[in-house]
Amino acid sequence: MRIEIFFTDPALDGPGSGISEKLSRALGRDLRVRVVEVILPGVPVPRPVAEEAFSDPVVQRVTLDEPAAALLPGWSALVETAWRPGVTDTLALTAREALAICGGPPESESAGLRTARQYLLYGDAGRPEAEEAARLLHNPLIQEARILTVEDWAAGLRPPASYPGVSVHDRPDWETFDLESLSDTELEALSRDRLLALTLPELRALRDHFADPRTVEARRSAGLPAEATDVELEMVAQTWSEHCKHKIFNAEIEYSETDGAGRPSGAPETIRSLFKTYIRGLTEELAPSKDFLRSVFTDNAGVVQFRPGWALCVKAETHNSPSALDPYGGAITGIVGVNRDILGTGMGAKPIFNTDVLCFAPPDTPEGEVPEGLLHPREVLEGVHKGIVDGGNQSGIPTVAGTFLFDESFLGKPLVFCGTGGILPETVNGKPAWEKTVSPGDRAVMLGGRIGKDGIHGATFSSLALDEGSPASAVQIGDPIIQRRMTDFLLEARDRGLYAGITDNGAGGLSSSLGEMAQSSGGVRIDLDACPLKYPGLSPWEILVSESQERMSLAVPPDRIDDFLALAARRGVEATVVGEFTDSGNVEIRSGGRTAGLLSLDFLHDGLPPLRLSARWSPVSLPSDPLPAREDWTETLYRILAEPNSASKEPWVREYDHEVQGRSVEKPFTGVHRDAPSDGAVLKPRYDDGAGITVTHGICPRLSDYDAGLMAACAVDEAYRAHVALGGDPDRAAALDNFCWPDPLPSPGNPDAERKLAQLVRACRGLADACRAYGLPLVSGKDSMKNDAVAGGRRISVRPTLLVTLTGFVGDVRKVPSTDFPGPGLLVYLLGRTEGALGLSLLERVEGLRFGDPPGIDTAAAVPLYRALARGISGRLVLSCHDLSDGGLAAAAAESCLGGRVGADLVLDALPGAEAAEPVRILFSECPSRLLVSVRAADRERFERSFSGLPHRLLGTTTAEPRLRFRHAGREVLSAALDGLESAYKTPIAGRRYP
Amino acid sequence: MSAPVLIACGFGINSDEELAEAFRQAGADPSRIHLTDLLAEPGMLARFRILAFPGGFSFGDHLGSGMVLANLLRRRLRPEIEAFLADGGLAIGICNGFQVLAKTGILTNLRGGWEREITLVHNEKPGYVDDWVRVRVEPECPCVWTKGLSTLDLPVRHGEGRFTARDPGTLARLESERLVALRYEGRNPNGSANGIAGVCDRTGRVLGLMPHPEAFLIPDNHPDRRRRPPRETGLEIFRNAVARS
Repeated sequence: MRIEIFFTDPALDGPGSGISEKLSRALGRDLRVRVVEVILPGVPVPRPVAEEAFSDPVVQRVTLDEPAAALLPGWSALVETAWRPGVTDTLALTAREALAICGGPPESESAGLRTARQYLLYGDAGRPEAEEAARLLHNPLIQEARILTVEDWAAGLRPPASYPGVSVHDRPDWETFDLESLSDTELEALSRDRLLALTLPELRALRDHFADPRTVEARRSAGLPAEATDVELEMVAQTWSEHCKHKIFNAEIEYSETDGAGRPSGAPETIRSLFKTYIRGLTEELAPSKDFLRSVFTDNAGVVQFRPGWALCVKAETHNSPSALDPYGGAITGIVGVNRDILGTGMGAKPIFNTDVLCFAPPDTPEGEVPEGLLHPREVLEGVHKGIVDGGNQSGIPTVAGTFLFDESFLGKPLVFCGTGGILPETVNGKPAWEKTVSPGDRAVMLGGRIGKDGIHGATFSSLALDEGSPASAVQIGDPIIQRRMTDFLLEARDRGLYAGITDNGAGGLSSSLGEMAQSSGGVRIDLDACPLKYPGLSPWEILVSESQERMSLAVPPDRIDDFLALAARRGVEATVVGEFTDSGNVEIRSGGRTAGLLSLDFLHDGLPPLRLSARWSPVSLPSDPLPAREDWTETLYRILAEPNSASKEPWVREYDHEVQGRSVEKPFTGVHRDAPSDGAVLKPRYDDGAGITVTHGICPRLSDYDAGLMAACAVDEAYRAHVALGGDPDRAAALDNFCWPDPLPSPGNPDAERKLAQLVRACRGLADACRAYGLPLVSGKDSMKNDAVAGGRRISVRPTLLVTLTGFVGDVRKVPSTDFPGPGLLVYLLGRTEGALGLSLLERVEGLRFGDPPGIDTAAAVPLYRALARGISGRLVLSCHDLSDGGLAAAAAESCLGGRVGADLVLDALPGAEAAEPVRILFSECPSRLLVSVRAADRERFERSFSGLPHRLLGTTTAEPRLRFRHAGREVLSAALDGLESAYKTPIAGRRYP
Repeated sequence: MSAPVLIACGFGINSDEELAEAFRQAGADPSRIHLTDLLAEPGMLARFRILAFPGGFSFGDHLGSGMVLANLLRRRLRPEIEAFLADGGLAIGICNGFQVLAKTGILTNLRGGWEREITLVHNEKPGYVDDWVRVRVEPECPCVWTKGLSTLDLPVRHGEGRFTARDPGTLARLESERLVALRYEGRNPNGSANGIAGVCDRTGRVLGLMPHPEAFLIPDNHPDRRRRPPRETGLEIFRNAVARS
């Protein structure tokens, strides 16, 4: 049976008109599209039930076994898309619920229900156009598409009456592997074939473990064969994956430097763990003066006190590899995944904001430059964006901050950073909420969705370079609604004290979540036979490592388990006891009624041989072209504002719900017409007081071409400066570090690995040094170390990138300034020293030239400046405040003018640090640690006194005349009407226009 | 005694917390009730004076915004809701809640019997949008929620907010009976017929609207908070209801 639903009036067919626009643009011809939703119920459904369940009678019509295509004639081709077997079909789940609600078949009888979507193409579309349309309307990794031309239809061809489901085989049992009999080469082949992503030393450690007489004896008494089972191999591979164990950050690294001529400079240094030395080390150093730290680096997310009684937790992750393959599913899964990190922090926190920082290759990259097998960056951008819109909006979590960054090096893998913050009470049922204790005897409970073949090997897959053979099963599609229902239930169960411990099921599935929690009690027994499956036919190891979405793992004490399960049932959330925590010292896995795996916790968590690596650094000097000689820089500013990195992202960002939950104060866009960019977000986490938090970012991968240490320090500076600019307390902020690196491990295809590792070392130092200067503790972080793609014979690696995500405290949100000049007649000051170097700036990009080295950073000099600014904001002396970033002073002034719809008359003479510099350097240098502020004329003396001894300069005043002017040495060097600035700044990115 | 308010939650509803806060600040006594609890004990509705359906994505808005939840109410709670309204209870649906009230037929119920007369379809310019709009309150509308107000600045956050009547006659009747409570002023963000942002039923006690008054409770929620924050926030709507419940 085929049920089809369509809008009777094409003018109201919203999905159709959205796709008409997209296809007409892509195909360069005028196509109109009508969308027909298709439901294949697999069971008989009476007409009245179908009509009630599936259609809005005011505007839609339903047909049963009567093709809508025949009722809507005039089309020239149709495309029908359907999910491939096993891919999450969220619409199908709801359709089954809807049928049950409307008196149709109960959900137990409609498990075979499938959905599809038909696109009727009107206009001049033959088979080639339909094929191109189909290419844009589906992702062959997860969907299939069928095309019928009107001629096919006339010849009697029709879309299929049903789509295949997952083919169910007998459940395969576990296999064993005699590791002792395998040579090194054979071990490596085993790792490769099974996608274990283990190195030879790790494989040897595994082989040695199974040869150890104690292991042999333990296995014999448990009734296990001496050989390793696939269940065990997979569990070890997941636990030891780069994704889970951060092997590179814990490696022993020999670091050496040579000077420009290749001579060694200074003695080589040995670093035992970058993480312990620079990241945790920094936070431990700062901890005594940061009384708000509650839990750092130990849990899913860092926890800080927000105000007495309430704690805040934050976490950011990347979802780069999945987003490269399936941008929509990758992004949505990234968001709901990091949301679960917050849900699983401490006793469980409520997510209150999301952030998204997205890095793509430029959307206008010529088609011919995209290697075979990779998606065009425009498609990646559109898919990721839609995933964030659906993932964030449907979860009811506002997307408050983030950015889009465009750089050629992201052609191979995009970087998709998803962050989330949550709040939790400081105590839950009388205990600190950030602590969890799992006791022997607690039931191991899996909550949420069922287990399928989706997302198998995500953890190990993300630890490999992307190539043409990357597995489709590593792709998943998150369902924010299922997760929302689970979230509501969890927070209720938390407050009723129904569980003792919780963590999310992310990479590595149950093997990781239960394996981690077992460290608290001292062991766990997992019964794979008890795990609820989407469909039969999964091997035991697949059940253990599947990353099927919307699942949490919990420890529930025996005396609470009945209440826990009863509440879950009442709320319609699936909860299943899948094992029990023990103190045996082992992870014991049972399948088919017998033991299928036995691994000691010691071996699993500490048996990993440390990595030994070497890093070599030599400084670079960047090429330098002559500076352009111009009398007037107005056009240059327009080109900079129109460059996708600085052009307005508003048409994209307005699709994010940034205000749900009603906590929003400073929004992504500000000013009279709400169209100028903010420096970050300010929220009010609690309704009952005026305290706020800031959410800001820093990211500057271009600087890695010169020195990743400078790149990292500037990222910290950017995030911290924005925090202060938003009225944040300079002493109360915490940050997250997310590293996305090209592979720093040596291999034949990766000859400059030692340099990439040296860049990582320098980035860690730059990060730690800047954080130390600003008193900014790091509370959580993550790394993604394989951001390379090998496609079409090319290796494309990302520029070494550190994202700093900061959240800090604001005493009184009423004092938070915005970036826009609030009116005419105000004094405009530049704060900070200007070093006129132009290397790696946006000016380079728009000129297509190189201007040598970038400006350096002096964090020590910035500290008193930021403190003075914080006092100025708190004393209400500062009316607007905007940080200088891409495009430098000229771009920042343009944005502040645009926001306030006022002009400004500014003089560039005698700027501290740039007294002798040419105007182009002063206008466009991206020298860090600088801000542009406006002040009432009456406050001039007070303001200047508060900055005495600190670099600041009065540039001029804001004007009612809508024009931005810069003068230098008595001559006008830039004069731009607001209209001109606005149209440059609103240059569409990837064709997406303003309303 | 402060008015007891039932705020529906669960199934993908997600603005229930701030809606509860809005009612609390307006002097009411809100309870967030999971719909599974209300379904298990429908009689509890009689204990409340105000019934509120918040924004969100009930059932993911799969199959059409608000539709599955609307069917659930029609099938499982209709007698209780009818009795509640007949007894003088007030109701409000915001955003997804408005979509639900429209798709149950509770709004606008011109002909009685919960016939489906209006709906909210995809925005004219496709896609979700979060932006602030100005709405004009229609002075002659009998709506008790908007009485005495003139204009309000409020955020809209939706992809399916385009108000559509079943036929031109229905639209004309809504206008002639003055059931349009709120109209977009200046920019119509979604292509709604006659710029309609909110409607009430003939009793004036049931209001559905797309903008989010519960997201504008303090002047600092306003995007132009530093320049000219308006005098009236979204709170006024809830104060009106509490005063008249």
